[in-house]
Amino acid sequence: MSARYGMVIDVDRCTGCGACMVACSAENNVPALPQATARTGLTPLLVRTVANRAQGAARREAFIPIMCMHCEHETPCVSVCPQQAVEVDKATGIVMQMPQRCLGCRYCMTACPYHARYFNWWDPAWPAGMEKSLNPGVAVRMRGVVEKCNLCHARLHSAKEKAAAAGKREIDPADYIPACVEACPTAAIRFGNLSDRNDPVSQEANSPEAFRLLARLGTEPKVYYKSKEAWVRALAQSSSGRSSEPGSESQPAEVQHG
Amino acid sequence: MASATVADSRVADGKWIARGAERTSLPRFLLWLSPWAVVLAAGVYAAGLCLYYGLNQTNMDNRFAFGLWIFLDLGMIALGAGAFFTGFLVYILKRAELRPILNTAVVVGFICYSGAVAILMIDVGQPLRAWFTFWHPNTHSMLTEVTFCISCYLLVLCLEYIPLLLRNRQLRKLPSFLVFEHQLHKLVPVLAGVGALLSFFHQGSLGGLYGVLRGRPFAFRQGIFIWPSTFFLFILSAIASGPSFLMLVTAAVEKLTGKRLVPVELFRRLGFISGVLLGIYVAAKSIDTLIWINFTSPAVGFAPWQYYMYKPFGTPILFAEIVLFGLLPAFLLTFRPTAERRGWLLSAAALACGGVLLNRFILTVQTLALPTLSFDEFLQYTPSWQEVASFTGVIAYGVIIYSLSYRYLPMFAPAKGEITDVSRH
Repeated sequence: MSARYGMVIDVDRCTGCGACMVACSAENNVPALPQATARTGLTPLLVRTVANRAQGAARREAFIPIMCMHCEHETPCVSVCPQQAVEVDKATGIVMQMPQRCLGCRYCMTACPYHARYFNWWDPAWPAGMEKSLNPGVAVRMRGVVEKCNLCHARLHSAKEKAAAAGKREIDPADYIPACVEACPTAAIRFGNLSDRNDPVSQEANSPEAFRLLARLGTEPKVYYKSKEAWVRALAQSSSGRSSEPGSESQPAEVQHG
Repeated sequence: MASATVADSRVADGKWIARGAERTSLPRFLLWLSPWAVVLAAGVYAAGLCLYYGLNQTNMDNRFAFGLWIFLDLGMIALGAGAFFTGFLVYILKRAELRPILNTAVVVGFICYSGAVAILMIDVGQPLRAWFTFWHPNTHSMLTEVTFCISCYLLVLCLEYIPLLLRNRQLRKLPSFLVFEHQLHKLVPVLAGVGALLSFFHQGSLGGLYGVLRGRPFAFRQGIFIWPSTFFLFILSAIASGPSFLMLVTAAVEKLTGKRLVPVELFRRLGFISGVLLGIYVAAKSIDTLIWINFTSPAVGFAPWQYYMYKPFGTPILFAEIVLFGLLPAFLLTFRPTAERRGWLLSAAALACGGVLLNRFILTVQTLALPTLSFDEFLQYTPSWQEVASFTGVIAYGVIIYSLSYRYLPMFAPAKGEITDVSRH
């Protein structure tokens, strides 16, 4: 049975601690490059800070973790790649990136409306001794290729191997949890099968508080957000919101920090 | 390339220059080439840094993933369209009056396309994997179409350039070269047809590169079948500006050499072709813009005015693109009183070429600078010196190739190979 893996991120629960980013980096062997900047670093998962336009006591802030949204309709990055280095796995709905085949043309980065794709501007490097902490299940990407969140695909492989060893065809959902979901101390990031109506994540994705970023583009992202705050839900809109009156509760957001 | 010229017998490299042609002395020619050689050397060095150390030598980043080089590629390929379009007019539509400009068109096309391919090879993170596109092609990608067509068309341009190269006075002395050139020359009409087909497609696909970007509503366009409207607009704007660019290049060479190289009437003819096509382009672009403003962009949740709220990309840039660099040169190139005056004609041609460059700049740079997420910021990007040096290096490469071609090849001669350019003095 094919799955549609996705996430629901409860923005009201996110404290912006960054544990998800650290877990993502550790799991996926993302190098910590001292020469990288906020615009050239590798952050397959990036927590961005947003605020409403109010001042003083009315000012509110929220944290929005951004990663690949695993779009399932007319996936922008898939159709543009000239050498099929990006594909949507029909069995899981995961948008996969094959660094071994990537030309590094960065056309997919241009196509992604969420800026969730990252280029390896430098050779990967770690401080002496730290290479011993690398995850043996994940290949290190070389300079000159694009990478992004693949929902910790190595963990899916491990879960499949475990199921196969037990003689099962389907994995146990408890065996496949992305690192960011596992690391989040407030359980703000939830992961599940959106095709399964009984999956709590699927139910949350259909709640009135749930929204998706830039949903009107029609790319059907599989990462949902939820919030009780109207101004946070307005983040789903395009950047047209920035022209509204300062302090408007229904309009987002002014700034992001890496 | 200076104005003072001497007969071939008094020039050190005279035996390589076509019989009867007047060219400047070798030292003066080398003096003309030397600054361009320095610029080219700097460009090669900068490109070497990018290839050796990687694209961290540029100021591109994860959001500004394309930069100056993509603008250069799109601009050069648009201006180089004069090559295929002139071949198409001469060999397919039998417009023989354009024949005197044909060799220049081939050389300019070769320079533009080879320069663009060279820059593309620097601009990718893994240049050694370029062949992957041919081995694992994604037939849905506009970039695949661009890669196939540009590679094939560069080959066609090489095959069109070789006969011209073999008409060099010394190379003609080799019988095998003469036979090869003769045989190859017979293929030129076929090559022109193939080149036209390839070029129509890749000019369009370059427009489609951005037009298909659903995630970038500033660039995204509806279209016909699989092709967004930018596919057709790019073809139109390229064939409109290509003849103007040929006119500008020829006029610049005429100025530098002090010779009248092509008939005056040819300029008017090129200007008229350019002006009519530019007029059609402006009309199509205006309709496309109205559809985009009223339907395409609002349908995906983006109010069009928001694209123009960031300096320097305000509405004046839209006005400049359509009116100042579109409608105005179209009028000047086709209105007889202005088209018959060389100054007006060349100014209008420069505006037409400026317009196509502005269009490519807007589509490549403004698209990336604009925010998409509601909490994104408008981005700025300044190219690094390595990017600029590679850029100027390609321009220097073009000047050097053209200069060598002009000096040693019968550029403005009829097919028989005898030079007809004569001094005005």
